[in-house]
Parts: sequence; structure tokens; C-alpha cells
Amino acid sequence: MSVRSATGGSGPGATVPVPYRVVRRTRQTPDTATLVVEPVDRALPRFAPGQFAMAYAFGRGEIPLSASGIGEDGRTLEHTVRAVGAVSAALHDSAPGTQIALRGPFGTAWDLARARDRDVLVVAGGIGLAPLRPLVHALLRDRSAGRSGGRLGVLVGARSPGELPFADDVEEWSARPGTHVAVTVDRPGPRWTGEVGVVTALLERAPFTPGRTAAFVCGPEVMMRAAARDLAHRGVAEDRVQVSLERTMHCGTGHCGHCQLGPLLVCRDGPVAGYDRAGPLLTYREL
Amino acid sequence: MTDSPGTERAVLDRDGLGALVRELRARGHTVVGPTVRDGAVVLDEIDSADRLPFGWGVEHEAGRYRLRPREDGAAFAHSAGPQSWKAYLHPQRLREWTADREADGRITVRAEEPARVSYAFLGVQPCDLRAIAVQDRVLGGGAYTDEGYRGRRARAFLVVAECTEPGATCFCVSMGTGPGAPGDAAYDLALTEVVDDGGHRFLVRAGSPAGAEVLAALPRRPADGATAEAAREAVADAATRMGRTMPGTDLHALMAGTLEADRWDDVASRCLTCGNCTMVCPTCFCTSTEDVGDLTGDHAERWRRWESCFDLDFSHLPGGPVRSSGRSRYRQWLTHKLGTWHDQFGSSGCVGCGRCIVWCPVGIDITEEAAALDREWSARTLPPTAPAEPGDARGRSPGRTGP
Repeated sequence: MSVRSATGGSGPGATVPVPYRVVRRTRQTPDTATLVVEPVDRALPRFAPGQFAMAYAFGRGEIPLSASGIGEDGRTLEHTVRAVGAVSAALHDSAPGTQIALRGPFGTAWDLARARDRDVLVVAGGIGLAPLRPLVHALLRDRSAGRSGGRLGVLVGARSPGELPFADDVEEWSARPGTHVAVTVDRPGPRWTGEVGVVTALLERAPFTPGRTAAFVCGPEVMMRAAARDLAHRGVAEDRVQVSLERTMHCGTGHCGHCQLGPLLVCRDGPVAGYDRAGPLLTYREL
Repeated sequence: MTDSPGTERAVLDRDGLGALVRELRARGHTVVGPTVRDGAVVLDEIDSADRLPFGWGVEHEAGRYRLRPREDGAAFAHSAGPQSWKAYLHPQRLREWTADREADGRITVRAEEPARVSYAFLGVQPCDLRAIAVQDRVLGGGAYTDEGYRGRRARAFLVVAECTEPGATCFCVSMGTGPGAPGDAAYDLALTEVVDDGGHRFLVRAGSPAGAEVLAALPRRPADGATAEAAREAVADAATRMGRTMPGTDLHALMAGTLEADRWDDVASRCLTCGNCTMVCPTCFCTSTEDVGDLTGDHAERWRRWESCFDLDFSHLPGGPVRSSGRSRYRQWLTHKLGTWHDQFGSSGCVGCGRCIVWCPVGIDITEEAAALDREWSARTLPPTAPAEPGDARGRSPGRTGP
């Protein structure tokens, strides 16, 4: 269901990080920023949408970050980071010019082949849109180039209007022909005129034919479970639903053991996994 | 013990063992073997066979380990000790790289060159030989390779000591990992210690060209029938003296089928989540990285150290640990060891050495826990008319069976 990374081996990029320079920093939400980075010298192998890097803030530490953007040239990367701990805060605060270091690309990618000539639903909860963003870019490219048919729906939920990431992108996508974009928030502000409620409620008006739909879902686990359940009720089979999993990671190379989810090593067998495989595992508490 | 056709079998006496250590050292190996220290048989670098634990045996029980003198003077009759060879192949702590930041903000990262030490392990018991093979797959068998491990492993010379004295907590027979060294296992030399009226001697066979070369350099005599027979009997007899037995059920399926069993609450009420079992386990491989800096703030280092899945931080996520309860952490350890290891690395993670039983401060017994889960599973999955038998294909009852 998911696509295994073609990279491997050892050494620079695998276990030893490669320096990258922050060239632009964009504030997404009050605690979230997107860093556009380019290699100082050598570049990591090209990332596929859904894959992640281990991002190192000098002297602070390293965290897994999905690529939220992949440059056309394959060299430039975007990473979207929410400041929740010492390392993520240091990365979040990295001003243009700052050098960080990256390893990767690690893990599985969104299986784009499953989306070819199908209706596609991209369902995101908050910053869960980050790993889905390069997928949306690829889907739009494929459709505008005539490489794929089918309708595209992008459904995004956020806690509040101010916490909607990639607001500019979302607006731009909604202007694309054949693309249905819907946004909902849990806590609307006084000026919010859009939808209020959980993201799964947006499925009601999304244009898709369940029997020929592929869905890509990323967000909190409870949201992914709800989305997969609602999709199943509407006739989208679990093996047509891909999710992106989150677990602690220290190595990215399948050796440290932290990212286990039952039989899965999420850094190797994920983060992208079919819901037919991941779903049953997510039903166990504390697995 | 399995004969490999065409393999020379020879007999070394005690002086021959001394010559083996000298020969391995002369070939540039750092020889590591069992030795007695602090009331235990530990692993250490040895410069002479005299440091081997001649005349020392051990008594194992759940939560208990004691040295005891042996009248026969045997050197390799002590079964599993508190350490395993992973302490050398997969060190407890090591530096992976260093990084420096210049005044202009430029970062330079330098990979740590692993020391090119070439170990010779003397006295690897078959359960531990299997454990090394398990770690080979974990650390060297995937898309990414732990190059430091691969190098240490590739240079290591393995001298197996077949097990003739299993402990009360041993269950290698039910895991298919001992007490003899299987013919298809990768080792350089395999010894079987024999002490009887014919004297104290070691039947030895080579398992690799390097092993044959070393053997050819030692003072030895051709294997005589009596020694070969005594060695065969000693290993065969050891197989009948396992103190524990793992249930013969499909453990992989058992672990997947009992994730919500009541037994997890029972074991969690005893487990201290200390992590001892993971430290002494010869296959447990988990590590954490630590990033440290110096006072200038411009020099940083990446260290890697052993980690235990019993540590609360092991499953840390921004919202809190995935596995906060002791129940979930014990379940992670056991289901990984006996179940999901198959999914991840193609074999069981347990080799039946019994260390986790011995060094558990409250004496939790992996074979008892598996048997209890098996009973609970059978009771739930079998119709009530069929009595729930622990699924033991080998016709032995699980748990304590030993002397």
C-alpha cells in the first residue's frame, strides 16, 4: 500500500546529518513555522511526498519532520515545525541563514499510484496537512498535466481559524478547476463565516464516488480513526485509505526501536501505511 | 552437536586452550571470555586461558544467581551470566559523530571512526550464538546498516562452547537454539568440554576457514571415539536438563491474539518496570540518542546508548508517552520479543538463555507469562466442551520443569 524508500546504506545522510541552510521562514500559526532549506554543500537524495527527515538543531537535538514541500529541483525542502519541545522550538526559531542538519529521506511515501484516475480525498487535521502538502502538489501536477483523471477533494480541519496551516495554499488550491477544498474549525472566532465542527463532517459535501476513491489522511490518531471509519461507512475500503503515523524516532534507520507500533517499525514500515494494516493497531490503547 | 562432513575434529587439552588464547592474540584479536569477578561469571578481556572460570559453576533461579565451586574444574559449565556479547558488538554507549559551528554559523559534522578492534569471543554458548545471529539481522540485515556493528561483527572470531551444564532458568531446547551448536550456525571454532576419567579436554571442530587455520596451529590430537562419544552424550544430556520450557504453541500468533488479556494486569502488578530484563537480554537492541554540547556552545556530539522500552520516555510524544502504564510496557517487551520480532526481523527475539528470569528483581518468568497467556487464550478461543490445554507440541508442560 505504501511505497518503501529506495534509499539505505549508512554514512552521510543516513546516520550522519548533512548541513542545510534556512533560506526562508514562514510563520504558519502562532506556534508553527515552515522552514525552506537548501543544502549547504551536498543534497540528500530526493524526498517523495510522505517521507520524513531527521532534523538536527545544532547542540539541541534531532526530531523527525515530514517534508511539507519538495522543490522542483529536488534540492530545496520545506519542513513545518510546531514549537512543543526544546528541539522543535530551536528549529521553529531558526532565522534565515541559520544552518541546521538533516538526515533522510526516511520511511514510506504516499502511494500516488493508488490515486491515478481515481477520485482523491485528502483529509488533514491541523499540522497534519504538512506531510500531505507535497502530495497535493503532486496530485495537482498530475491532473493539470493530464496524467491522471478523477476529482480532488482537500478537507482541512483546524482548532481555530488562526491555527489553520498553509492558509495561502488552501486558498490557491480552491481556485483550481476540478478541486473541492473545504475548511472547518472547532472554535470559530467572531469573524469566521466558514464551517464549524469536525473535519469528517466535510465528507458530506465532498464530491467522490466511494468505489473509485483513494483517501490520504493525516492528523491526530483520533481524527484519523474517525476519518477512516466514516470513509468506510461511505464505501471507501480500508486498503484505499492511507494514513501517516507518528511515533518517537531516534534513528530513522530501523535500529533504535522507539517507533514501534505493534509489528510496524514506523520509520521503516511507515509513516505512511494503509489503514487496513494500521487501523487494527490503532484500536489498542498504549500499543 | 551436529557433525559437518569433512570437518576435522580434534581434541585439545587444557594447555591447548592456553595455546588457543595465545594464537588468537598473536593474530591480533582482543580475546574476550568468561572470568570470575564480583561473585559472578562476567565477560572480560583475557590475556590467558588461566583467567577462564575453571572450577566455577552457577546456580540460577528466578531473581537469583550464585556462584558455586565445581569439583570437576570445568571452564565452560556456568551457563548464562549477567552480560552477553552485545556489550562488545553493540556497545552500551558510543559516540556517533561530532559537530562544530564556526563563527559564521557554518556547521561541520564529522563521523566517528569506529575503533578497528578485532574481537575473539571465547566460550560463546549456542543460545548466545543465536542471539548474535538475531542482532546481525536487526542491525545489519535491513535497508540501513549499523556500520560500526557490521565492522565489529565481521572482524570477530567466534569460539563456541557447547552447553553441557544448563541452568534452572534455561529453555534453549524449547526455543530450538541449543544446547549444541547447530551445523548451519556461523562460528569459527566449536568446543565441547569433556571432563571424565579420560581427563579434562575439549573436542573441537572448525566452522570456517579461519577457524580451521587457527585449529591447525594448535597442539592437538585427532578426536578419539571415546572423547567424541562423551562430548555427544554431554550435550544430549544437557538437552534433558532444561530448567524451563517455553510453551510449544505458536508464540507469534499467541502474542498477536492476547493483546487485551487479563494476564497483562497480573504481571504489571509484579513488574517494577526497572528494565533489567532488557539490559541482560542478549538480543534487546534499543538505543536512544543524546546530543550534548560543550560550554562554548559551538561543539556538539551525538552519543548513542542502550535504552529500555520500560523507560517512560521511550515512547515519548508531544502529547505524552504512548505507553504510560506498566501493563503496556511489559506487554510491549514480551510481545516484541516473542511476537512482533517475527514481523520485523523474521525470527523470534528470544533465544531461551533465561537471563531475563534470573535478573528480574521480582522473579518474573517469561516462560510462565507465556504459558499463562496461552492458557487464557486457549480458554477464550476453544469451545467450552474442549478442555483448555496449554498448547505444547513437545508434550512437556510449560514453566518450571527442571530439577
